[in-house]
Amino acid sequence: MATAVAPQQGGLFARPTAKTGWWSWMTTVDHKKIGILYGVTAFFFFIVGGVEALLIRAQLATPNGEVLSPAVYNQLFTMHGLTMIFFVVIPMGTALMNFLLPLMIGARDVAFPRLNAFSYWVFLSAGLFMYSAFLLGGAPDGGWFGYAPLSLDPVTDGMTYYSLGLQIAGIASLAGAINFIVTIINMRAPGMTLMRMPVFVWMTLITSFLLLFAVPVIGVALWELMFDRLFGANFFDPAAGADPLLWQHLFWLFGHPEVYIMILPAMGIVSEVLPAFSRKPLFGYPAIVFSGAAIAFMGWGVWAHHMFAAGLGPVANSAFALSTMFIAVPTGVKIFNWIGTIWGGSVRLTTPFLFSAGFVSMFIIGGLSGVTHSIVPHDAQQTDTYYVVGHLHYVLFGGSIFGLFSGIYYWWPKVFGRLLSEKIGKFHFLLMLVGFNLTFMPFHILGLLGMPRRQYYFPANRGFEVWNLLASIGAFTIAVSILVFLYNVAVSRKKGEAAGADPWDARTLEWMTTSPPPEHNFDAIPVVRHRDDFWYRKYITTPEGESARVFAGGAASDEEQHSSEAASDEPPSSSAEGASDREPNTAGAAPPESSSEERPHAGASAEEQGHGIHLPSPSYFPLLTAAGMPVIGYGFIYSPILLAAGAVMLLVGAFGWVLEPPAEEA
Amino acid sequence: MTTTTQATRTAAPRPLEETLPRHMNGPASPGWWGMVMLIATEAMLFAALVASYFFLRFQSGPVWPPGGIPKPTLELPLIMSVILWSSSVPVHLGEKAIKRGDVGKLKLYLALGFVLGAVFLGMQLGIEYPEKLAEFTPTTNVYGSLFFTLTGFHGLHVAGGLMINLWTQMRAWQGAFDEHRHVTVQNFTMYWHFVDAVWIAVLSTIYLSPNI
Repeated sequence: MATAVAPQQGGLFARPTAKTGWWSWMTTVDHKKIGILYGVTAFFFFIVGGVEALLIRAQLATPNGEVLSPAVYNQLFTMHGLTMIFFVVIPMGTALMNFLLPLMIGARDVAFPRLNAFSYWVFLSAGLFMYSAFLLGGAPDGGWFGYAPLSLDPVTDGMTYYSLGLQIAGIASLAGAINFIVTIINMRAPGMTLMRMPVFVWMTLITSFLLLFAVPVIGVALWELMFDRLFGANFFDPAAGADPLLWQHLFWLFGHPEVYIMILPAMGIVSEVLPAFSRKPLFGYPAIVFSGAAIAFMGWGVWAHHMFAAGLGPVANSAFALSTMFIAVPTGVKIFNWIGTIWGGSVRLTTPFLFSAGFVSMFIIGGLSGVTHSIVPHDAQQTDTYYVVGHLHYVLFGGSIFGLFSGIYYWWPKVFGRLLSEKIGKFHFLLMLVGFNLTFMPFHILGLLGMPRRQYYFPANRGFEVWNLLASIGAFTIAVSILVFLYNVAVSRKKGEAAGADPWDARTLEWMTTSPPPEHNFDAIPVVRHRDDFWYRKYITTPEGESARVFAGGAASDEEQHSSEAASDEPPSSSAEGASDREPNTAGAAPPESSSEERPHAGASAEEQGHGIHLPSPSYFPLLTAAGMPVIGYGFIYSPILLAAGAVMLLVGAFGWVLEPPAEEA
Repeated sequence: MTTTTQATRTAAPRPLEETLPRHMNGPASPGWWGMVMLIATEAMLFAALVASYFFLRFQSGPVWPPGGIPKPTLELPLIMSVILWSSSVPVHLGEKAIKRGDVGKLKLYLALGFVLGAVFLGMQLGIEYPEKLAEFTPTTNVYGSLFFTLTGFHGLHVAGGLMINLWTQMRAWQGAFDEHRHVTVQNFTMYWHFVDAVWIAVLSTIYLSPNI
């Protein structure tokens, strides 16, 4: 490709060329590798946040628990919330988006590959920055929504880490959001109109727009918090004429769209998984897409239902109560669409399907308890009790996490080339479902009994004991189910069944290419003629109204079928690229079973045979630029020298970024 | 890799690919959309700052600015406004010039835009801030915090725009632009117009609204 695009002018630095080993991961701009990095990191944080939850449940298993001191307890529940929201659910969704988005729309990579790498490294540095606070005098301890004036408490630097760490994480989210939006706008394959896009891509687009507009709002709030804490500004101090309620408004104006940022990707996953395993098209595709968009719009008008107890007055409360009830409507539309998808289908009860079904049912419970919050007098009883905690875990764990696990099981064979064990997977699902309900159903009862959240102990003889004990048993059951999942991963990596290109007989474009996909994703960019295009390439409708395979032969010959399909189907306009690609494709495409053995070479070997597909080159600078950010963060807290050092890293990174040559030396 | 690549290329020349454009401008370019999205998120940033201002103002009581701080005077900010807004004219003309392929005019207009932007920033830092700091500081009370945060945020954006201006100027000297390739100029122009437009909101909020 160096011959195709000659380096324009001499850059200062040569670009890295490593294709394997540590450096290849540190400098990669390949959306698939970055997706894997995101996923592994988010799962690591999932374990960390889970251990924090287990410590909390150990403390609360019995009355007057003595496992944790009050100060440590405060840090743990704060960090549990922050971790699970900002470093698990969002990045795990980003991981899947990163890996799948270009594949699903038939692109070779995202629009800004280096920005994509930057986004990952910034996210990682934000997480490490935040957790370093444990070693440097105390982690954030003001709750994940950090209400002022509690967050102004100057005893530890914890909440300063909160404000700086979340700002850094916000930069990562923004970079990712901009990247995904531009990718979807500009880089869809020929024929991939908006209304032919997979729902997961739609939800990625909507989520990215939500991030685009929500992150700056919390950015301003965190900036103000930082100014108050570090430089003595007065945004939240009533003594200086300010108002702590400003924090609540800004935080929840971000915070409620944030809820949909966490749930919409899971909804997208479920909308891919259910049709694939019901062997039916998604029921009411436009309704699902537009209700997703409607949720995103309405999500901006409901924030004050988090503040019913703050004394906004009856008019504001009533207005937000109504808008909150209304937002249940598009959500309900989606539920019916999913049920309609399963209805009358030939359902295969695979692990991804089970997790999706778990998502739908658990999310219904969480959604209904959410509707109870919209009733102001009811909410006044529930605010700051375990009822709220139960509700949010039903939507975020029963919703998002179940949906994400569904996606993990569904796309695992595409990412790694081997299937996860169905038997162990189903056991994982069952254990997690039981453990989840055992943990969080009692929370509702505890809340109605009046147990406040965020108390480091509960007294005896209030009727709290049995429910807390049940919840703690449930939490450890969930932990066991995660161990089962890790065992599944360990076993399947070595001995798992080879996946082939299309193990589930699925509908979307990512299943057309090998598992794992080559570095350039598709040998020839597919031309899209239908929604669920891959399905229509595989099946025709017979005059009797039955579906029939286009080609003789089973799923094993998908790869061959794809290439011959491409040969016959492509219109002349795109055949120029297709023609030159075809020869190496048939000559060099290994059977899917063996390609999983030599994953990193799949792309390289195809390239060596003369594809000449231009791919973005790796780069050191996203990592360097990103690493400057936590240094600046420490600089704000500890010393101007660090501040300057971080700024220098940022500048050197930025200059290197724009000055490095466009392609690696030939 | 190169040898096989070249062999394939010479064996099967691809005339179609040779004729395809390598550079896109405007909405066909990812960079253009990236700038649009950056501006969208930046606009939200300023909206949240303005919202903070008015929320705190209306919670604060009848006297605004509080604590004996005088109302902001209008002469200096209005002069600064005219200078800043007028800088959009050469920047716009520069974009039109490069669409005709006139690199010389582009360089000239970029430099003019830079001077006007720099004069604005210089007046803010050199004249206005010292005057204000004599009256109040960011730590005095809520008004001080709001004033310096909102105007400072805008000043930072002007500074950022000036840096992009210099970058664009440098690329122009390197010969990176012609009538077919100029998305960098388009992106800078868009950003600069945004910085000028958002000043309308800052001016109305900080300087005009307390005088109504």
